[in-house]
Amino acid sequence: MNLAGPLRGFYATLLLLVLGFYWTPAHAGKTLEQIRQRGQLVCGVSTGVIGFSSADSQGKFSGLDVDVCRAIAAAVLNDPDKVKYVPLNAQQRFTALQSGEVDLLSRNTTWTLTRDVSLGLNFAAITYYDGQGFLVPKKLKLSSAKQLKNAEICVQSGTTTEKNLGDYFKSQGIKIKPVVFEKFEASTKAFFSGRCQAYTTDASALAFIRAKEAPKPDDYIVLPELISKEPLGPVVRRGDDEWFAVVKWVIFALIEGEEYGITQAGVEKMKASADPAVQRLLGTGEDTGKLLGLDRDWAARALKAVGNYGEMFQRNVGSDSPLKLPRGLNALWNKGGLMYAPPVR
Amino acid sequence: MPGKRRQSVAIQAVLLLALVALAWMLVEHTAIHMRERGIQTGFGFLLEPAGFAIGESLFAFDSGDSYFWALLVGLANSLRVALPAIMLSTVLGTLIGLGRLSPNFLLRRLCAGYVESLRNVPLLLQLLAWYFVVTDWLPATAEAIELMPHVFLSKSGLTLPWFGDGGVFFELPMRGEMSISGGAALTPEFIALLLGLSLYTAAYIAETVRAGIQSIPRGQTEAALALGMTRMSVFRLILVPQALRSIIPPLTNSHLSLTKNASLAVAIGYPDLVSVANTTLNQTGRAVECIALIMIVYLILSALTAAISFWFERRSGRWTQTP
Repeated sequence: MNLAGPLRGFYATLLLLVLGFYWTPAHAGKTLEQIRQRGQLVCGVSTGVIGFSSADSQGKFSGLDVDVCRAIAAAVLNDPDKVKYVPLNAQQRFTALQSGEVDLLSRNTTWTLTRDVSLGLNFAAITYYDGQGFLVPKKLKLSSAKQLKNAEICVQSGTTTEKNLGDYFKSQGIKIKPVVFEKFEASTKAFFSGRCQAYTTDASALAFIRAKEAPKPDDYIVLPELISKEPLGPVVRRGDDEWFAVVKWVIFALIEGEEYGITQAGVEKMKASADPAVQRLLGTGEDTGKLLGLDRDWAARALKAVGNYGEMFQRNVGSDSPLKLPRGLNALWNKGGLMYAPPVR
Repeated sequence: MPGKRRQSVAIQAVLLLALVALAWMLVEHTAIHMRERGIQTGFGFLLEPAGFAIGESLFAFDSGDSYFWALLVGLANSLRVALPAIMLSTVLGTLIGLGRLSPNFLLRRLCAGYVESLRNVPLLLQLLAWYFVVTDWLPATAEAIELMPHVFLSKSGLTLPWFGDGGVFFELPMRGEMSISGGAALTPEFIALLLGLSLYTAAYIAETVRAGIQSIPRGQTEAALALGMTRMSVFRLILVPQALRSIIPPLTNSHLSLTKNASLAVAIGYPDLVSVANTTLNQTGRAVECIALIMIVYLILSALTAAISFWFERRSGRWTQTP
């Protein structure tokens, strides 16, 4: 139908809203049970962010956010492959979670106060510390974002990016003109054809865009300023504290795993460790699983499925990936980063 | 048959009541469920500062202004492209529709070719193609061409002397460090959207015009010519007044589609109502409210267009003495 064309997305979201809020019964505290009955974790992911969640030509999902889903599925269902991935765009994501269409939203989502308190959601943990930066053509000879006076800046809609841009340049007393695109491809194409003097998004994505999308990567540089804090992490529905705790602690276990040097390949060997902290984590000591409504091997299974946080990082976004991002803020707390998990005990 | 009439009124009343009850139930349940899940509702957020900038605007907008103001800027941008596109497509469509009836073979085939090629390619593709052709073709902003003193053409668009952002001071565009500053720009996004919408809709309008004129029996033209009227006066006095009656309703449809199709602006970076509402939805998470607003605005716009057309239809109807 011709009329429905451009507004199709809205009609789809509307349908989702109406059906979602109308038909699904309110289910407090039962997510874990439902997942077990279903035998499957339903995970909301992005429609394609390389390194975080993207599907290959066979439709197989991979990325840091996908590994979070796999680790939780391993902990809860004893099989990291028992996950159904639902690709969601930025507009659909919260509605899909609120209405119960997905159990978990693991989709490079920035934790902010508004989202945390007014949408009926809870942010479980931080899996990636990001920040917003700028990519500019070298020939403009810029060294700082503060020189972007009157510049036109290409940006993809649907995230916190536009607001950060507004805040930053307002605080600097500089006027800029954002050119806002709905689709990633259109936004980068416009930038590389010279429509804008700068492109802005999270620094993790800028590295990828420069390396993979630029006609000549060397003609572009990333400016040093990060203008925002973008702590990304998984989100659950509010009102189900048991499920909230499971998601939170599986991620903490992955971070603790790195701290104790427990690798994907070394899980079985480490079970023999004499360190009480390692024993607790791998279920050979105290039974921490009972407290979470899981069994004692929960963390061992999660680590075996995706490796510890450091391995997840290297494989998806770090040196073993096309993105080659440095650990930076995402290094462990005792290695100069911010990754710090409360103790599993 | 008063009995039968009363019965049908009763049935209609019951149906209407059922419809209202269903709508109320949906709204009520949605509200209850949202409250249960701790999701905040209401339109109060519209008065909060938006916090994002908008690339082009008819009136002053600062990121400290409210969401409401931002949405108004979006609506103004929608209308700024839809109204000229409606006029342009109507004029162009009429010319092409008449061209298809021309005795000149080449003109007739050319117009037919136009209609077939434009209405058979999805509008979104056409918009993207126009946009990237326009941006690729224009010179870089740093190497802007000065067409006339203070009129620049570049990838930033056609920059003209105009009232600045605040709409207060008349400004002359100047070459700045980054881009052209001052004045107002017809951006590549605006130009591509205007072109794409007008050319696409013109193909539909051409068909409407052709069919409207062909719906009048040939005998009338022949009779008028036999009476000694010129071709021009036959067209003006016989064909147009009668054809208008059958052209206006489908023409209104084309205009309505155009207005709604203008929401494809998000694809090529033009900040129309849907684009601004998208951003608002994202930042506030108020999906229900934002979508309701968009629907209401489009409903009002469409109802207005329809009302204007209806008024015009009745006027032209009276002119030809139809009951």
